[in-house]
Amino acid sequence: MKRVAVIVFPGSNCDTETLAAAQAAGSDAYYVWHGDTDLRQADVVILPGGFSYGDYLRSGAIARFSRVMGAVIEHARAGGAVLGICNGFQILCEAGLLPGGLMRNARLRFLSRPVWVRVEQPDTPFTCLYEKGEVLELPVAHGDGRYVVDPRTAAELEATDCVVWRYVRDNPNGSVNEIAGVTNAGRNVVGIMPHPERRDAPALGGQDGARVFHSMEARHATQHAADVRAVDDRHLRV
Amino acid sequence: MSAFRVEVRVMPRAALLDPQGQAVEHALHALGFDEVARVRMGKHLVLEVKAASRDEALVRARAMCDRLLANPVTEDYDLAVDGGVTR
Repeated sequence: MKRVAVIVFPGSNCDTETLAAAQAAGSDAYYVWHGDTDLRQADVVILPGGFSYGDYLRSGAIARFSRVMGAVIEHARAGGAVLGICNGFQILCEAGLLPGGLMRNARLRFLSRPVWVRVEQPDTPFTCLYEKGEVLELPVAHGDGRYVVDPRTAAELEATDCVVWRYVRDNPNGSVNEIAGVTNAGRNVVGIMPHPERRDAPALGGQDGARVFHSMEARHATQHAADVRAVDDRHLRV
Repeated sequence: MSAFRVEVRVMPRAALLDPQGQAVEHALHALGFDEVARVRMGKHLVLEVKAASRDEALVRARAMCDRLLANPVTEDYDLAVDGGVTR
């Protein structure tokens, strides 16, 4: 049973579903308030969706400096698994734990609807129970979901298999290379724009997202902290 | 110590799509302003910075931009500092 810390920021609004999804997958999941500095021996940290600090300045820009993020960054540097969903993904990019950034949707509209993503990489702590190439139906709910990176980094992400999910059928927000989720070079930090926690039971319209949480429990491979540090030194902006 | 008024202009990077700027441009065209093109939209922040000199105010404001006010992945910024007002 993994200990899973779900971080709660002012303005998080997917924390309850995320906690429930982790518990349904068998994890010992609990909340950690953004003002705390102790992750309480978490194996996995999840930054849930929402609108932390009202998306003021940029989505995730202010949450990235909340007290708990020091502990999250330390956890990530030591090779610990971190998942950012939607606003959590934005926060991880702002914190420099993932490359790139998320900008206003290309067609401006706030999107709240199902999308389809293909699993490109089962080799992460959050996708190991999926088959490569599986197409999932997951909901999105975002205004700032257009993933952008400079062309060189985009090529590097592709070459190093760091694109974890890719939109198929359509590109809802204009993301570079249809990227819906990425991982870092250490493969322990993962961000995804759609909401797997909103599709983890038949009563929610499907359970394509459930294995994101079951994967955390199934995962037994250890991460290589040295690889992670190398990535952070390059990406981390302090 | 003086207080300097620092204006920060943050713009989406030139290479990146700016859908807000495009929407504004379309609206201007719809109103008959056909002469307008390449509208881009950013943010304007006004700060009051206490510093010993204009240069120091500029250095501190630049640090604020690098740390928080602009995201170097998606945005560029520039700064302007007004003369100090002694308090």
